[in-house]
Amino acid sequence: MHIEKGEFVGIIGHNGSGKSTLSKLLNAIIFPTQGDVMVSGLNTKDHENLWTIRQTAGMVFQNPDNQLVATIVEEDVAFGPENLGVPPQEIRERVDRALAVVEMQAYAHQKPHQLSGGQKQRIAIAGILAMEPECIIFDEPTAMLDPSGRREVMETIRRLNRDKDMTVIHITHFMEEIVAADRIIVLDKGKVVMEGEPRMIFRQVKRLKEIGLDVPQMTELAYELRSEGLKIDDDVLSIEEMVNALCQ
Amino acid sequence: MSVEIKNLSHTYSEGSPFEFKALKDVNITIEDGSFIGIIGHTGSGKSTLIQHLNGLLTPTSGSVLVDGKDIFDAKKAELIALRHHIGLVFQYPEHQLFEETVQKDVAFGPKNQGLSEEEIDQRVKQSIKMVGLDFDAIKDKSPFELSGGQMRRVAIAGVLAMEPSVLILDEPTAGLDPRGREEILAQIKSLHSQKKITVILVSHSMEDIGKMVEKILVMNEGEVVFFDTPNRVFTEISTLESIGLAVPEVTYLMRRLKEKYPEIREDIFTVEAAKKEILKVIRG
Repeated sequence: MHIEKGEFVGIIGHNGSGKSTLSKLLNAIIFPTQGDVMVSGLNTKDHENLWTIRQTAGMVFQNPDNQLVATIVEEDVAFGPENLGVPPQEIRERVDRALAVVEMQAYAHQKPHQLSGGQKQRIAIAGILAMEPECIIFDEPTAMLDPSGRREVMETIRRLNRDKDMTVIHITHFMEEIVAADRIIVLDKGKVVMEGEPRMIFRQVKRLKEIGLDVPQMTELAYELRSEGLKIDDDVLSIEEMVNALCQ
Repeated sequence: MSVEIKNLSHTYSEGSPFEFKALKDVNITIEDGSFIGIIGHTGSGKSTLIQHLNGLLTPTSGSVLVDGKDIFDAKKAELIALRHHIGLVFQYPEHQLFEETVQKDVAFGPKNQGLSEEEIDQRVKQSIKMVGLDFDAIKDKSPFELSGGQMRRVAIAGVLAMEPSVLILDEPTAGLDPRGREEILAQIKSLHSQKKITVILVSHSMEDIGKMVEKILVMNEGEVVFFDTPNRVFTEISTLESIGLAVPEVTYLMRRLKEKYPEIREDIFTVEAAKKEILKVIRG
C-alpha cells in the first residue's frame, strides 16, 4: 500500500486483524519479516534511519495515561524535542507552537493527571507535534474517552490534517470518525481486503458485517430503510445527508 | 438485590490542599432486577460512585443500603460476604488476569468463596459458557495467548463465577471491535433477563446505553443530573451537551427531521426504532 503526503487514511479491522501490527511497522517499533516499509523514502530495516523515521512518523496510542511522562504539561511536551537534541530556545518555541495547535496553551503549567481524558490526549498529540513529524499514526486515540473528549480529539486530528497538511493514519473502531477520511483501508486476518473512499467502503454493509465490522449509524439506517423498499441512496454517511434524502 | 444510596458524599484527601469533592449528596434507589446505565464525562464521579457499592471506598458521609442493610455499618466478615454478591467488572478487566490457565483464573473468585471443588468446577464451566466461549477449547489455554475480546470475556466470566446478584460493569466494551462489542452487550442482556440480576452499566457510548438500559443515571461534577428512563433523558439534548455528553446519532436525526415532519417522535435512540418511525411517518 501507498500513503500520500497530506492524506487522511482510516484503518479499520476487528481485534487481531493486524491494525496495530501495521502501525508499529510504520514507525519502526517492529520490523517486517518479509517486504519493506519506506517512510519518506527511508527503509525501516536500515538501522541508521531509525531515529529519523520515528521522528518523521509520530504515534499516539489508546491510553492517555501511559503516554505522559512529566509532572508538568509543558515539560511533557518538551520531552520529545529534548531527546532529539533540539537547542533549548527552539524547544521553547516548539512547545508553545504545539500547545497552540491543540488549543491547550492555558494548561501549560498544569499537572497532566488533573486533566480530562480528551485534554490528556491533546497533550500527547502536542508532544508528538513538538518533534515536527510529517505523519502521525493514531492507534484508537478515542477508545477511552467520553463524548466531548472524543469530539475534541477528532477536531484536533482533522485540523492538523486540513490546516497543517499533516499526513494522518487513523486506526479506529468508531466508523463515524472516518466518514470524512480521504481513504479507508480494511484489514482482515492480516490482509488488505477493501480499500477506497468512505462512501464506496461503507455502502458494502453486508460485507463489512461479515468480517465483524460496522458502518456509521446513518449508513445502517439507510440500508435498513432501503431493504423496506424506501427509495434512498445506499451511500448516506451523515445526519445531514440523511435529512436531505428524507426531506426531498 | 436492591441498592439504596442515601445522602452519599465522598471527598478525596479531605483537609489537604488537594481536597476534591467527588460525590455530593447523591440519592438514588436501584430496584432489584433492574438494568441501569450510568453516563457522565471523565471525572464526573461515576467510578467513585460504583466503588462505594461494594465497599471499596467508604463514604465521607451518607450510606449505601443493600437489601435494606447499611454496608458500612456491617462487620468486616459481613462486608466480605456482601462483596461476593456484588460483582464489579473494572475497566480493562483483562489486565487483572493472572493465572496460568483460563480455568484457574475463572476459578479464583469462587475458590475464595470457600465453595466445594465440584461446585467450583460447575460454576467455572457455566460462566465460561455464559460469556460465549467454548469451555473445552479454552480451559487449558493461558489467558495471555487469547485475543483482546476473549481476554475481556474470561475476565467477566471470573466475576460471573461468583454468581453476583448485582453486576456492575465499568465500560465493558471499550477498545473492542464492533462484533466484540455487540456480543458482550448481548450476553449481558441475556444474563440480566435469564438470571434476573441487577445490572449497572457504565458507558461512554450513548448508542449502547440507549439500546440496553431501563433507566439512566446522569452524573456531573459529583451530582445526579437525571435519573430517569432513556425516553426522558435523551430528549434533554441541550442539558446533556452542556455537561460534555451527547445523544445517539439517530436521536439527532429525529430532531432534524421534525422540521419537515412535525408529527415525528423524538424519543428514538436505536436504528431499529428510527426505521419504524420513519417508515410510519413517510408512508402515513
